Amino acid sequence: MLWDEFKKPKDIERILSIIRNYDKEIRIMEICGTHTVSIAKSGIKGILPENIKLISGPGCPVCVTPTERIDDILLLSKNKDVLIATYGDMVRVPGSIYGENLEKRKAQGFDVRIVYSPLDAVKIANNCKNKEVVFAGIGFETTAPSSAVAVEKAMNEGVKNFSVFSLHKKVEPVLRELINMNDFNINGFLCPGNVAVIIGEEGFRFLEREFKIPSVICGFEAGDIIYSIYRIIQMIENKVYKLENEYIRAVKPKGNEIAKNIMNKYFELCDDIWRGIGCIKNSGLKLKDEYSQYDSVKKFNLDLTLYKNNDFCSCGEVIKGKIEPRECKLFSSVCTIENPLGSCMVSSEGACAAAYKYFDLR
Amino acid sequence: MDDIITLSYGSGGKKTSELIEDIIVPHLKNDELLKLNDGAVLKGFSKMVFSTDSFVVNPYFFSGGDIGKLSVCGTVNDICMCGGEPRYLSLSFIIEEGFKTKDFLKIIESIEKTAKECNVKVVTGDTKVVEKGKGDGIFINTSGIGILKYDFLGKDRMKDGDLVIVTGNIGEHGVAVMLEREQLITGVNLISDCMPLNILAKEILDFKEKIKIMRDPTRGGLATTLNEFVEGTDLGIELYEDRIPVSNEVNMACEILGIDPLYSANEGKIVAVVSSDIAEQLIEKLRKVKGGEKSAIIGKVTSNFKGRVTLKTEIGGTRILTKLTGMQLPRIC
Repeated sequence: MLWDEFKKPKDIERILSIIRNYDKEIRIMEICGTHTVSIAKSGIKGILPENIKLISGPGCPVCVTPTERIDDILLLSKNKDVLIATYGDMVRVPGSIYGENLEKRKAQGFDVRIVYSPLDAVKIANNCKNKEVVFAGIGFETTAPSSAVAVEKAMNEGVKNFSVFSLHKKVEPVLRELINMNDFNINGFLCPGNVAVIIGEEGFRFLEREFKIPSVICGFEAGDIIYSIYRIIQMIENKVYKLENEYIRAVKPKGNEIAKNIMNKYFELCDDIWRGIGCIKNSGLKLKDEYSQYDSVKKFNLDLTLYKNNDFCSCGEVIKGKIEPRECKLFSSVCTIENPLGSCMVSSEGACAAAYKYFDLR
Repeated sequence: MDDIITLSYGSGGKKTSELIEDIIVPHLKNDELLKLNDGAVLKGFSKMVFSTDSFVVNPYFFSGGDIGKLSVCGTVNDICMCGGEPRYLSLSFIIEEGFKTKDFLKIIESIEKTAKECNVKVVTGDTKVVEKGKGDGIFINTSGIGILKYDFLGKDRMKDGDLVIVTGNIGEHGVAVMLEREQLITGVNLISDCMPLNILAKEILDFKEKIKIMRDPTRGGLATTLNEFVEGTDLGIELYEDRIPVSNEVNMACEILGIDPLYSANEGKIVAVVSSDIAEQLIEKLRKVKGGEKSAIIGKVTSNFKGRVTLKTEIGGTRILTKLTGMQLPRIC
């Protein structure tokens, strides 16, 4: 099957007519930001009947990073000896002071580089020996292995002026946290196919085993998503609550062993703070002590304990799927893509950015 | 000539003359330019189109073009889109010290070729050289004058039922430059669509008043340009995703880069709103012209969703296409 065909599979009309005729109220959470964007771009919400609600979850890495960590990076970036390398999504994320972000730092003459891979950051470190290169590593199990690869490369090549500021997080702990909340009311999960490529079907098996929530590991084309929604409905109807893998073209039962191994070699679990949610036990990934010379937190003696949940917007509630972006009082009035206040608006995968940019016409 | 351009080439003295007389003039000469005055004396026209554009593209040589070709096309195309027939160009350089003379020559040759292709003369110009680190290779500004031939274009003439056409695959320039710069994806053969639009524009404007408005969707891409068409009007535009021509290469590269072809720049495409009764005929004609082979009707003007551009997605959903927001591809032209 060609890549294009996943956008609009041949029997999509048949599946759509079944979905359209479904009349029970259900709430399905798409965990991943990439799904949020794909849903918005293809206008899926407009095709579904009103009774099937899609709720965005905590799967946009930028959105769940607390403002304090952005402040830490902004502070580091002011150090003339430091070069910040990070993914493009990070440069416009505002810190706690309005208007402060890495893009502005760059314009002020501080050294901020956008990279597509942490390996590029190692390359930069190799070429700029007079700078301390800090790679702000963000993302779930999808990007954490490549940060680990970068540390390994820096070690092998004897690059000493490179470190990773790990903002990496794991998906499972936050899902458990959500499910265990008193007002949890999600009937099914669309699980992120990209994360599953790494952690495998087994990484999401707990949803079936422990919680009996219909869940589908899902690809990122419109056809993938619609088919997965259909599968969730079928599971609810047949009262068979399990985990299915729609994204078999990429996801294996055990995932990518090499990526998992290297991630586990360099990173270990730590308690971590999620924006709007708070501290979740063993939900973050930090570099192991033996690699502390590559850990920006240790290298620059950063204090990560502070956390005051003083967000003035409702990003936290959006991330937890409690409210829709539109229900935040700042949405599209004060907080826009041009002038984002909250992380859900600034990240291209944020639920607010998707709602703002592609709002559906239902 | 030295093999690199040093500060003294911008001094206004002998070396500046060398640069002009040895490299620029031999390639671009015409009666007006050869006078080498501070300005060119031109014959008057009753109604003129005047346009200007600066070019800072990085890298300055890219697959499908270079900053020289772009600097001619950019201004020529702007004049064409206003219903003008381009005649004269000014050409100004800001060069960073250390720039290779052979690269400069290549750029001049490309300007020469492109100017000939669209039948415009470079009649005046300027050259400045700045210290190393104060520029980035080369920046070009061109201004152009054309005779106004078609003075009826305007969004006030669009009406419900008109059709939207585009002259070929969209998004190619933005993606090609981006790929060239980042060297991200290998094995994808992407070429910028950079080309003069004078011939395609003439084919379209031959339909006279049946053509309502046209534009070349450069930065901001197709979606942004169409938004400009309907902004402040009582009309909306509805596009059909499955009819918009996009090459597989662009689609694939966009997936990887996380950008949307609808917002990626074009440098050789026209998007126009035309009367529905001539649309098919126009498309037939355009498809026979070089660079117009993939012309297509991609949407229609409606009285629904006024002031908005909407997209009917392949799976039957509808979404709003706003102007370009957030996402940026700096220095693509």
